[in-house]
Amino acid sequence: MQIPYTVEPRPDTGLFNAKLGIWLFLASEVMLFGALFSSYVLLRTGATSWPHGSEYLNVWLATLNTLILIGSSVTMVMSWASLKLGDFKKYRLYMGLTILAGLGFMVVKGFEYGAKFEHHLYPSTNTFLAIYFTLTGLHGLHVLGGMIVNGYFWGPGSKLWRRDPERFANRIEVAGLYWHFVDLVWIFLFPTLYLL
Amino acid sequence: MSALVEERGGHAHDAAHHDEPGFWRKYVFSQDHKVIGIQYGFTALTFLLFGFTLMMMMRWQLAYPGKPLPLIGGLLGEGQASGGIMLPEFYNQLGAMHGTIMVFMGIVPLAVGAFGNFVVPLQIGAPDMAFPKLNMASYWFYFVGGVTMLASFFAPGGAANSGWTSYPPLADIATAGQTWWLVGMLFLIFSSLLGATNFLVTIIQLRAPGLTWFRLPFFVWAQFVTSFLLLLAFPALQAAAILQFMDRVAGTSFFLPEGLVVSGKALEVAGGGSPLLWQHLFWFLAHPEVYVLILPAFGIVAEIIANNTRKPLFGYRSMVYALIFVGFMSFIVWSHHMFLTGMGTAISTFFQTTTMIISIPSVIILSALFLSLWGGSIRFNTPMLFALAFLPMFGIGGLTGLPLGLAAADIHLHDTYYVIGHFHYVVAPGTIFAMFAGIYYWFPKVTGKKMNELLGKIHFWPSFLFINGVFMPMFWQGLAGVSRRLYDGGQQYAHAQDVLWLNEVMSVSAWCLGLAQIPFVVNFFWSMAKGKRVADNHWQATTLEWAAAPSPPIPHGNFAQVPTVVRGPYEYSVPEAPAAFLTQNGDAAEEAA
Repeated sequence: MQIPYTVEPRPDTGLFNAKLGIWLFLASEVMLFGALFSSYVLLRTGATSWPHGSEYLNVWLATLNTLILIGSSVTMVMSWASLKLGDFKKYRLYMGLTILAGLGFMVVKGFEYGAKFEHHLYPSTNTFLAIYFTLTGLHGLHVLGGMIVNGYFWGPGSKLWRRDPERFANRIEVAGLYWHFVDLVWIFLFPTLYLL
Repeated sequence: MSALVEERGGHAHDAAHHDEPGFWRKYVFSQDHKVIGIQYGFTALTFLLFGFTLMMMMRWQLAYPGKPLPLIGGLLGEGQASGGIMLPEFYNQLGAMHGTIMVFMGIVPLAVGAFGNFVVPLQIGAPDMAFPKLNMASYWFYFVGGVTMLASFFAPGGAANSGWTSYPPLADIATAGQTWWLVGMLFLIFSSLLGATNFLVTIIQLRAPGLTWFRLPFFVWAQFVTSFLLLLAFPALQAAAILQFMDRVAGTSFFLPEGLVVSGKALEVAGGGSPLLWQHLFWFLAHPEVYVLILPAFGIVAEIIANNTRKPLFGYRSMVYALIFVGFMSFIVWSHHMFLTGMGTAISTFFQTTTMIISIPSVIILSALFLSLWGGSIRFNTPMLFALAFLPMFGIGGLTGLPLGLAAADIHLHDTYYVIGHFHYVVAPGTIFAMFAGIYYWFPKVTGKKMNELLGKIHFWPSFLFINGVFMPMFWQGLAGVSRRLYDGGQQYAHAQDVLWLNEVMSVSAWCLGLAQIPFVVNFFWSMAKGKRVADNHWQATTLEWAAAPSPPIPHGNFAQVPTVVRGPYEYSVPEAPAAFLTQNGDAAEEAA
């Protein structure tokens, strides 16, 4: 049995299955983060006082992290483009850089969390820190998930390249769409939590 | 089939299936949508029975408060039923878990996971779902979530006991079972997200050649809209569950306001949260969820009515447009569950207006189904009886909802038994009857055998009688002002005294309803083993699952060759046609000609 349109796009929709699937999944992710951002708005408007993000958080570290994530989105696209050009070695390089950038982001985030805990600032301290830890924690889980998937495609998953290059490139495209989404969430999180 | 298998030899690693699957891969970790559908069906029916049993226990306490439960009272243990008498804490657990089990582990997995999984790929002429591995994962997430929920009965303090809606602050400070509830719910949500994505991609991408959107059977449309609701509404509960989880485990105060005093002691939390936030997030899911419960039922009933009246559906296109409109509107009515929270008259006015508007497409669909009966020579077989009973039962459920959607009337009716009667009419004699109709209708497709008609009728008539005996008196009690969630059924309230006798009527009806399911269980297993073999197209239906696939369909691939669709879904009794019914793939017409 062969399921149609796993590799080639269906003519009337112009999409292969996994690409449509990831877009639908991302729609549900938008609703998830949308619900959490709405919660943030509701909690903040209902609060008697609300701290400015920079009172608690390190804006410079977050700026660094923003640059790291944006950079990783660029390398992610480059890795897919390399596959489309048939250059597997370059794919490996760019995908490796993407994973390292993800790792870098998590390490910086870890330092940030550690600094908070050192000053006895926990999710239970106040509503601002509660929403900060929840939102960035959930985002961190998404980064971690993306790193695991990317790591698989960098390592064992890349064997598919030799058998079915078209399908492998499709997979990287889909993984890339997810990665860009995770990046985009951070682009919203950064100003919301650190700058406002 | 074997030729196809050889062809894709090079892709063996990625292909969904091995050639000769062993027992585990064939029946347990199967990636075949038909097996997964059956797994969903068995699991969901088991949960439904379990959830119903919880309610039958509660009904004893309501009818005979303070008397020891017969038969099982002694088995429950002192923590649940002291001397066989149900404790209030245990009653609350049963209530919360009855709702949770029925909605999230019973009906939705049966309607979408079982019927959708088995029927949709067959009806659209697809070899399987678009993502068979995700399909399998979806079932196992559901299974783990369900087991987590059940296991919570053994947590310290028992299962969740803050109602199926888990309103904070109560749920935030409840016993450990609530945390289990949240974890179980997250698993169920992952399951439904994977499932919904899979259904949407399958329906959009894998329709057979010639199967255009307006040639889709109504059941497929219903599953399509349902999947969108699951995909976009469930994340709100996911967010809410994460926040409540943080409140309970990390000590945050998302849903806890300042200055909260519990049992005479100030709660040691930062405060600053909003209990209303939970209600908004919860109902943003739970109202679309109501339509998740009912739309697949519409789909099943539509298939069976068209088939057994031997006529096209009345107003197929209007029904489809109404369906899409219901799906859209269901996202902007949620606050009609919150009229009494003090959110303000302007917001109430908006939501009661949208609520009145959403009743219109539902009425269009129901009217179209009624009108479909007109002038038909109806075959009164068991699936048709259940489908026909669905119509007035859903009608009662829907119409009694209108007073609840009006903010002024809701002040009196809110949180009374009237509400319980209303939504149970929609879901129990409504959706569950449609589920039974679907089981009787597709049983020959799944097994190649037919269920016994006599036992089917012995199942139907008492069920129909007693289910009304359970829910009709709730309207009387509710209008008299009896609140829901009362441990003693209202004994302590002066205004409830005149309607207390109804508690016994409802309870006896509920137990008789339980007995009336015995013929179904017997019929189900007996027919599976010894039922009469049937032809591939037992009901002489037009849709692809009957017309183009054998009964049961071949494993892994469904169709010997991909069917080509040449016409709409319900071409029954077409004037001057060569055959009494014209199948979607055109075979019957060719044979007759």
